[in-house]
Amino acid sequence: MKILVAVKRVIDYNVQIRVKEDGSGIVTDNVKMSTNPPDDNAIEEAVKIKEAGKATEVVAITVGEEKAQETVRKALAVGADRGIHVKVDGILEPLAVSKILQKIVDKEKPDLVFMGKQAIDDDCNQTGQMLSALLNWPQATFASKIDVKDKKLEVTREIDEGLETIEINVPSIVTCDLRLNEPRYASLPNIMKAKKKPIEEILASDLGVDISSRIEQLKVEEPPKRKAGIKVANVAELVQKLKNEAKVI
Amino acid sequence: MAVLLIAEHNNKELRPFTLNAATAASQIDSDVHAVIIGQNTVEAAKQLSELPVVKKVLSVEAAHYENFTAENFAPVIVKLAENYSHIICSANTFGKNLMPRIAAYLDTSQVSDIIKVISPDTFLRPIYAGNAFATIKSNDTKKCVTIRPTSFDPCESTGGSSSIEKVEASEEFSNTKFVKREEIKSDRPELGTARIVVSGGRGMQSGDNFKLITEIADKLGAAIGASRAAVDAGYISNDHQVGQTGKVVVPDLYIAIGISGAIQHLAGMKESKVIVAINKDGEAPIFSVADYGLEADLFEAIPQFMEELNKLNTIQK
Repeated sequence: MKILVAVKRVIDYNVQIRVKEDGSGIVTDNVKMSTNPPDDNAIEEAVKIKEAGKATEVVAITVGEEKAQETVRKALAVGADRGIHVKVDGILEPLAVSKILQKIVDKEKPDLVFMGKQAIDDDCNQTGQMLSALLNWPQATFASKIDVKDKKLEVTREIDEGLETIEINVPSIVTCDLRLNEPRYASLPNIMKAKKKPIEEILASDLGVDISSRIEQLKVEEPPKRKAGIKVANVAELVQKLKNEAKVI
Repeated sequence: MAVLLIAEHNNKELRPFTLNAATAASQIDSDVHAVIIGQNTVEAAKQLSELPVVKKVLSVEAAHYENFTAENFAPVIVKLAENYSHIICSANTFGKNLMPRIAAYLDTSQVSDIIKVISPDTFLRPIYAGNAFATIKSNDTKKCVTIRPTSFDPCESTGGSSSIEKVEASEEFSNTKFVKREEIKSDRPELGTARIVVSGGRGMQSGDNFKLITEIADKLGAAIGASRAAVDAGYISNDHQVGQTGKVVVPDLYIAIGISGAIQHLAGMKESKVIVAINKDGEAPIFSVADYGLEADLFEAIPQFMEELNKLNTIQK
């Protein structure tokens, strides 16, 4: 079984982002970038499945500018076998990314495609579901547990009401939750080895898909600030304030 | 053209956020139709027909719709979409799972998790865990929009009497099988709609200690929330998680106990009307959004909090 894992380069989750003064977007110059956190879980799960002897190859793919390749290199350092970098400048919408991934799936013919459930920059939560629609494959979103059973997967999904278990036939798409596993760190020898693993570079413009923007971003602004609160001295004061000032209890 | 609202339900009755999504739909166009897809949904369809903002109900029933599988739902909605300018549902796990599948079939770029309708093609939505708001305009002719339920008031639930029209089911998608759902039953208010939420974080130190949170929640008639750290540590189940990848809550009162306040947690609660933080680390970021901060050891503060609540003659429910 072959697993394709999609990873995205985003502003690191620990960075407090800043809005550009002209309202055109978010400041990304000289800001620490990392792999989208749940994409790390997707890579980890694929590598674990391979280590358990249930997959033969793990291919990491990213779609993005030159530097996005760092995320593929990181995936190679934690166990992916080879990489694909679809090069494109600017910000793509999830629909465009899923069309690019569809082309790569047609060529690579993986049995499974994994990715994080949501990117922490645009918070769209769309790409996996869109790709499964385009391929007409089953989708298991928000996965917190995956059991590989021959040509089937049993997946536990985190839903608002609790947990749901579904069984999907291969080929299929799984989008991963942060609770799926604990991503490993790359060891120095593995980082060195990863430098020798191949990364195929493909120009998005050579794939013949429509990746034009359908959505215009008119303005980006800071959310309204909360007015500063106060520190109370003790519990009695807190309860008194909640009762008589805020009037919420 | 009218807008199509996808109703969320449990086959027996509507789920509460359907009413919030109906409000958002009615702000886009006054001609709102609603589709309910499920099995034995007669009562829920009737509830839907009683929402005054809904002008027509479309009902699709088949055994393979019983478990809300997106692979089964999407084709029938795509077929109906022909007659509508917008497809709307909530940005909870139901809508997040379903809507992108519909959007891709329709070749439309979905607009996720809006918090405001500016015009029928322009919306406000949070990005970067709510640390920025983007105003965006969709240029697709057909728009798929998910709405953040807590940013829209629920619509009136009675007084309407729209017609209910049966629609033919689509074929079953055979490569996905539902196995089971483990819902955690509770007599407490739902986290997403509760007036008061009491949340615990890593500072609780164990699942057993969450009993302290439970006692306060019972006293206040509150729902129980948790930070991701507390869920990851196994103190409490995932359906309690508040944050960027969990639930977004906007209660009148949010009490954060032993929660440091990572950006990702703040994303899920910082729109709450009144925020209380109890934490022994005075520098914890949670204090930056708290209206009332108490720097204290929670294991001393919680019992005192119960004691003070017990002294009150009345507590709003």
